[in-house]
Amino acid sequence: MKKLIALVSTLALFAFAGGVGAQDKDKAAEKPAAEAAKAEAAKADEKKEAAPAAAAPAAAAAAPKCGDKGFDCNKGDVSWMMTSTAFVLLMTVPGLALFYCGMVRTKNALSTLMQSFAIFCVVAVLWVIYGYSIAFTAGSNPFWGSLDKLFMLGEDPATAVAATFSKGQYLPDFVYCMFQLTFAAITVALIAGGYGERFKFSAMILFSILWFTFAYLPVAHMVWYWDGPDAYTSAKAADLANSHAGFIFQKGALDFAGGTVVHVNSGIAALVCALMLGKRNGYGKVAMPPHSVMMTAIGTGMLWMGWFGFNAGSALEATGAAGIAFFNTLFGTATAGVAWALTEWLVKGKPSVLGICSGIVAGLVAITPAAGYVGPVGAFVTCAIAGIVCFFAVTKVKAMLGYDDSLDTFGVHCIGGIIGSLGTGTFVNPAFGGTGVYDYVANKVGDFDAWGQIVSQLWDISVTLVWSGGVAFLIMLLLKFTIGIRASDEAQEEGLDLADHGEKAYNY
Amino acid sequence: MKLVTAIIKPFKLDEVREALSGIGVQGITVTEVKGFGRQKGHTELYRGAEYVVDFLPKVKIEAAIKTELLEQAIEAIEKSANTGKIGDGKIFVFDLEKVIRIRTGETDAAAL
Repeated sequence: MKKLIALVSTLALFAFAGGVGAQDKDKAAEKPAAEAAKAEAAKADEKKEAAPAAAAPAAAAAAPKCGDKGFDCNKGDVSWMMTSTAFVLLMTVPGLALFYCGMVRTKNALSTLMQSFAIFCVVAVLWVIYGYSIAFTAGSNPFWGSLDKLFMLGEDPATAVAATFSKGQYLPDFVYCMFQLTFAAITVALIAGGYGERFKFSAMILFSILWFTFAYLPVAHMVWYWDGPDAYTSAKAADLANSHAGFIFQKGALDFAGGTVVHVNSGIAALVCALMLGKRNGYGKVAMPPHSVMMTAIGTGMLWMGWFGFNAGSALEATGAAGIAFFNTLFGTATAGVAWALTEWLVKGKPSVLGICSGIVAGLVAITPAAGYVGPVGAFVTCAIAGIVCFFAVTKVKAMLGYDDSLDTFGVHCIGGIIGSLGTGTFVNPAFGGTGVYDYVANKVGDFDAWGQIVSQLWDISVTLVWSGGVAFLIMLLLKFTIGIRASDEAQEEGLDLADHGEKAYNY
Repeated sequence: MKLVTAIIKPFKLDEVREALSGIGVQGITVTEVKGFGRQKGHTELYRGAEYVVDFLPKVKIEAAIKTELLEQAIEAIEKSANTGKIGDGKIFVFDLEKVIRIRTGETDAAAL
């Protein structure tokens, strides 16, 4: 009966998504988001602002392609983006998988790997089917895109393009789609830290599908969707383009590679899951040390290396902008590693490997929204603070509040993401060595509004926290009262590896 | 015949083995065990979660010996396993009823 309800709800989900898409199809003519209309906007003068509506059907015949005048697909950029995509894949499979796996008990080691691997595959499939479309096309509202790119139907791999941050520079859409896929997948996989060692596998998969659809997609759309730089030809065109952009984008928030979209998003969901699932059996009484800090260390190395694709790849081009993101990902991260290790040495007496690994990850998280926006001083301050604050979040605050966030996703990713996001708003200021905010109409860096930027960042953080936390809560509630979410006592006793997967991690 | 069981510190295994060889004890069985007596455990720290680990790794040696060798065996083990610090271990002596060599069927003294 419970399985029937689960099946029906999943089918209803698809029907719902299809219904939303149907509504959007009616308004297709008004949307300049389609590649065809982008071509019009790029070549448009002031008179043509209203033209997209009429031009879309006519322009559809002349889909722009890399190499067309005004649509450059630089081979260096494309190479870099494909490389970055592979790097971000490495971050999840097996970077995050090993990072988390090492921290759980032997009997749950494989279940932790399975979470990362299975989530990656499931999200990858859904991303191509509907995820990319909903996140990265314009919808009838600033929260949810259209189904124009469902299954990438109607897109010619050789010609379909996606915008970068430079006018006239484009990427093959199929490459951009894959790049963003890896972000969606790792975000969902990160939540596993909050529900480790006690989430029933079937419920976990359903949770992941639903949260991906109703939390990740809207937040990604709200923060990152815009019509692209070529739509910003004049003040009027800019206003029109801005009205199509995601809700949080319209608030002026800056999130270079996903400090909020990935880390705050998954972090708050992890906390909600931890609270809804309850603590692991024996938590606080039975010793649960990591079964292999060695694995966690290996995972950390892969995460750091892969993160260069995550941050520097988010520049979407192989330019100096990517260069500063690359710089910060190395420098800022190292700062946080030192900060955490030093703090631990002073407070606890010994600096641990698990500690420096956690510091490194906290730094990576904090620099994520800031990578392409801040200078070295900004990176240093933001990441040093993240290293220290996350240390206390994970050691003191968690113990004080008593929740079982098994692998500290909330303490490192949510808190680190918030610190990074506020650091971005502070240090993007050119006065502190930041890049400032680019004005695509004036085609230069605009005047910087320090307080206004902080307010924008706060919009980003709060909307993400509320939306993601709320959706996670509702999904867990639904699952709790249908198929059940918590692994049985027997399953927890013998370990999820045997109970859910019929495997043992080590056979010696 | 006696079965001599000794719990010793792991790094003393080679010395004890050589000492027993020296007095004519040709075979021993070694098991890795953990335990504690008066030696204190240690504290491990994982991201703020402190674990006090009472159990310490030790090695258990079992040797079946002729009764005549008992005193020498005990002395050999005592001398070679001793470090002078708490946690050196203990020796237990059991009466051994029968010993059989599986390959040949020899029993008791011939099997040792």
